[in-house]
Amino acid sequence: MSKKMHIKLKVNGKDEEFLAEPRELLIYTLRERLNITGPHIGCDTSHCGACTVTINGKSVKSCTMFVAQADGGDITTIEGIGGPDDLHPLQEAFKEHHGLQCGFCTPGMITRAAKLLEENPNPTEEEIRFGMAGNICRCTGYQNIVKSIQAAAAEMNAAKEAAE
Amino acid sequence: MIPAAFEYYRPKDMAGVLSLLEQHGDDARVMAGGHSLIPMMKLRMAEVPHLIDLQDVGGMSDIDIDADSIRIGAMVTQADIIDHADLADVAPILREAALQIADPQVRYMGTVGGNVANGDPGNDMPGLMQCLDAQFTLVGSGGERSVRARAFYEAAYMTAREDDEVLTAVKIPLPEGGYAYEKQKRKIGDYATAAAAVQIVNDGGTCAAASIAMTNLSDTPIYSEAAGAALVGTSVDDAAIKTAVAAMLGDIDPSEDNRGPVAFKKHVAGVILRRTIERAWSRA
Repeated sequence: MSKKMHIKLKVNGKDEEFLAEPRELLIYTLRERLNITGPHIGCDTSHCGACTVTINGKSVKSCTMFVAQADGGDITTIEGIGGPDDLHPLQEAFKEHHGLQCGFCTPGMITRAAKLLEENPNPTEEEIRFGMAGNICRCTGYQNIVKSIQAAAAEMNAAKEAAE
Repeated sequence: MIPAAFEYYRPKDMAGVLSLLEQHGDDARVMAGGHSLIPMMKLRMAEVPHLIDLQDVGGMSDIDIDADSIRIGAMVTQADIIDHADLADVAPILREAALQIADPQVRYMGTVGGNVANGDPGNDMPGLMQCLDAQFTLVGSGGERSVRARAFYEAAYMTAREDDEVLTAVKIPLPEGGYAYEKQKRKIGDYATAAAAVQIVNDGGTCAAASIAMTNLSDTPIYSEAAGAALVGTSVDDAAIKTAVAAMLGDIDPSEDNRGPVAFKKHVAGVILRRTIERAWSRA
């Protein structure tokens, strides 16, 4: 065992401080230490994207980041995007357009899609498929995921226009 | 999967990195984005008792373009390459290749330096850098030196970099003419079954210069001087492309793995190189 490190993170706006071995992977920190169980462990080999979180403005697979690397970072998980009483337009759209079946990949899908729409508020279907290529779904065949993201983008753009 | 325990360091400058490397020798490894190293550590195929994270070492995240060359810091990510409009103007092949590496999440973390220094024959940037005749800047306790990409790769994961050196930047002469990077892969995120990088100069319908490199078809990237030479002086017609492909097939040495048997890989290499030459020539 190596020496434990004093780690500070901001997760969904809340400051967290704890001691951890540097080899702890961020997904385990979130799920097992902080009880933030939205990000899932699908493949544990940086392929499936179920563990996707946003850290310092980047979509990252949290199974492929040591907690030591994340030290000082600002993290958003699905829990920070919206909740049961306050659904994000993406969550609403996934529900409305059958963007999920079993739901296992959905937290990673929506977390990634939120970042994609932040960078490109009006993506084409091709841009959505390309931008979501790091997230695997074994139920939907992706068609309804793409539709959900398009619908959310339209909804978010309309809300932005109405506010202006 | 849980990697073996290690000591973690996040030095603030290169002097700090070099002193750790000197102290721990080949028990230490530097890490940029970690997206090659961490999976290997999780599989316990890489043992790294002392892990040196480069994220706080400044001066390696810039892309500088001058009149005849490009300098890309080792910590520049694939996402940075894709988003850099001026770079896409002067060397569009970099963006075209970066877009074919892994997936969006991995491209936010994966760096140019890590991709070229790692020495994995599956990485795309080494072959691309050989095609572009890039130079790698290596910094060690003895100072700084430059190594041509075409002389850097010795075998899988074996390079000209010494254990106490850090690859800090890639310098690329401004590329000329048409370009293409084509990659055949089984799925998003996979390494190439075969990939080719081509830069080609068209002088009034005749090929004046051509540079060709192949990825994941040997235990190192393959710069095929003979394949490029086969195109020079021709109109890049069918016969010239056939000669170039045959020359390339003489330079590669693929091995059988889960991407297919040797004969299949050679076949795909030929198809991909033809496609890459044709597209590069159409842009030249």
